[in-house]
Amino acid sequence: MLREEDKIFKNLYGFDDWSLKGANERGIWSNTKEIIEKGSEFIVGEIKNSQLRGRGGAGFPAGLKWSFMPKDSGKPHYLVVNADESEPGTCKDREIMRNDPHLLLEGCLVAGFAMHANTCYIYIRGEYYNEASNLQKAIDEAYENNLIGKNACGTNWDYDIYLHRGAGAYICGEETALLESLEGKKGQPRLKPPFPAGAGLYGCPTTVNNVETIAVAPTIIRRGAEWFSSLGRENNTGSKIFSISGHVNNPCNVEEEMGIGLKELIEKHAGGVIGGWDNLLAVIPGGASVPLLPKSICDTVKMDFDSLKEVQSGLGTAAVIVMNKSTDIVDAICRLSHFYKHESCGQCTPCREGTGWMFRMMEKMVKGSAQVDDIDKLLDVTKQIEGHTICALGDAAAWPIQGLMRHFRPEVERRIKEYRLEEVA
Amino acid sequence: MKHPGMTNKVYNIPNDIFEWSEDNFKRVSKIIQKYPTSRQQSAVIPLLDLAQRQNSGWLSKTSIEKVAETLSMSYIRVLEVATFYSMFNLEPVGENFVQICRTTPCWLRGSDKLVKAAREISNAKLGETSKDKKFTVVEVECLGACCNAPMVQINDDYYEDLDESTLKKILTDLKNNKSISKGSQIGRQASYPERGKDA
Repeated sequence: MLREEDKIFKNLYGFDDWSLKGANERGIWSNTKEIIEKGSEFIVGEIKNSQLRGRGGAGFPAGLKWSFMPKDSGKPHYLVVNADESEPGTCKDREIMRNDPHLLLEGCLVAGFAMHANTCYIYIRGEYYNEASNLQKAIDEAYENNLIGKNACGTNWDYDIYLHRGAGAYICGEETALLESLEGKKGQPRLKPPFPAGAGLYGCPTTVNNVETIAVAPTIIRRGAEWFSSLGRENNTGSKIFSISGHVNNPCNVEEEMGIGLKELIEKHAGGVIGGWDNLLAVIPGGASVPLLPKSICDTVKMDFDSLKEVQSGLGTAAVIVMNKSTDIVDAICRLSHFYKHESCGQCTPCREGTGWMFRMMEKMVKGSAQVDDIDKLLDVTKQIEGHTICALGDAAAWPIQGLMRHFRPEVERRIKEYRLEEVA
Repeated sequence: MKHPGMTNKVYNIPNDIFEWSEDNFKRVSKIIQKYPTSRQQSAVIPLLDLAQRQNSGWLSKTSIEKVAETLSMSYIRVLEVATFYSMFNLEPVGENFVQICRTTPCWLRGSDKLVKAAREISNAKLGETSKDKKFTVVEVECLGACCNAPMVQINDDYYEDLDESTLKKILTDLKNNKSISKGSQIGRQASYPERGKDA
């Protein structure tokens, strides 16, 4: 279990002051100048050594991503912070932005400096109105106190941070769709390559990182890569905010060590499953896009990138959606299919047409009015969408259904048979 | 994509005029300054949002045209943005725009009951505006407050940890022009695991 002194997010729940005064008391902005003066190579190296993996879902090594930024491109460089938190089950960045915004802003300066950027855009989902308001106040405070702006923190580095509100589109959490949206267009993902580090925002070198990834960076530099990598295990280091929702007694966000057991996480922090652990049916361990896990796997699985990959699921955003035995599991996944149908941007045919088709088929599975053969047909369609689209939304729509059929196929078949019998009677 | 029940067509009112208010005109230039010169198209979402706020919660054809004119963009480029994003309403909405989250984490904790309760109080179908113009209720996808499920968004604010009776009370109070308090309705601080700090 994560010790109190190893927590990075000391005001996750907002019991203390979120403004600059409170932030200073928590040590934020205390020696930022010293950190910057260590130089960009040192910062990128420390992040690499810490083995920090991106917290936005894909888990790409953050230090490596930063190192892709060219040293001297002759163009402006941009850091873009992805605060378009829309993955069902995930609500961690919201707490960072409303309760500890300066932690993020300091991270923006440190990370931006490391990638030779003078400008940072924070793209926050439009629905987070009050969160954007707190964050904007924090940005204003930081400008007033010369922490950002011209000669930020007295480092001779000019650094601007701008807040940009989105307007309701899950797809804008995909990094190139986010850049399109930031440029004032429909949020439709770009073909890669070129990757954003080569040609991103306005065709300039850009790095897009999740809020949590950026927010943890200054603490890693302060306390050292060794400290961070001593938490968790090889390749899955550090601490992470877990969002626990659904059928638990106390749904909550909590910062914990990577690799904590799923059962321990739920029982220690979320007050256990409603009706007790034996009443557990399944858990979606990493936000809507990852396949669910039945109780038998939940008993022992550890919460980190590689452990969850081994059981054919993923850590994603570490949004743990708990479902007990009262859940209509087919309908739970059908709801997610509706979500992806609604959020498909319409650019690639397999996703645009496939998400609608899968949702309609899932509706039949909920009622039982499908044919038994339709299960294989549905799985076949998920395979035809997966990997055949520009971005990962197609994959994300396919995986929950594949997970359902992998672990709960007998339940789906039972419904079809029962519906048949009722029809005959 | 627009939420179910909400239109994706532009509403044209004859002889409608949209001009930026004095305050908003100042805001417009401040917003445009956030982006590099010659990249002012980036301001299209913030400006549409501003226009929608000035226009009682929805975008008329003339307001979209005004944004296009302000940013020297062609109308069709602004229109495609206005139709792509779910937060832009293309038809008039009620005084209280009630968005009920329907995605799995909220649904597991009873969002269906909230829909029933909201329809009962507003006495209107999803996506329709109530006769007294007080409410437009829609079902929306995940609003990102899953640890405080089920929840609804009314205009700019989130109302969390709801059940049928607390939502009914909120909506009834709104109907009677009484003040309501936003955030958790069970006295929880943010997404702290228990009620009250020392509970």
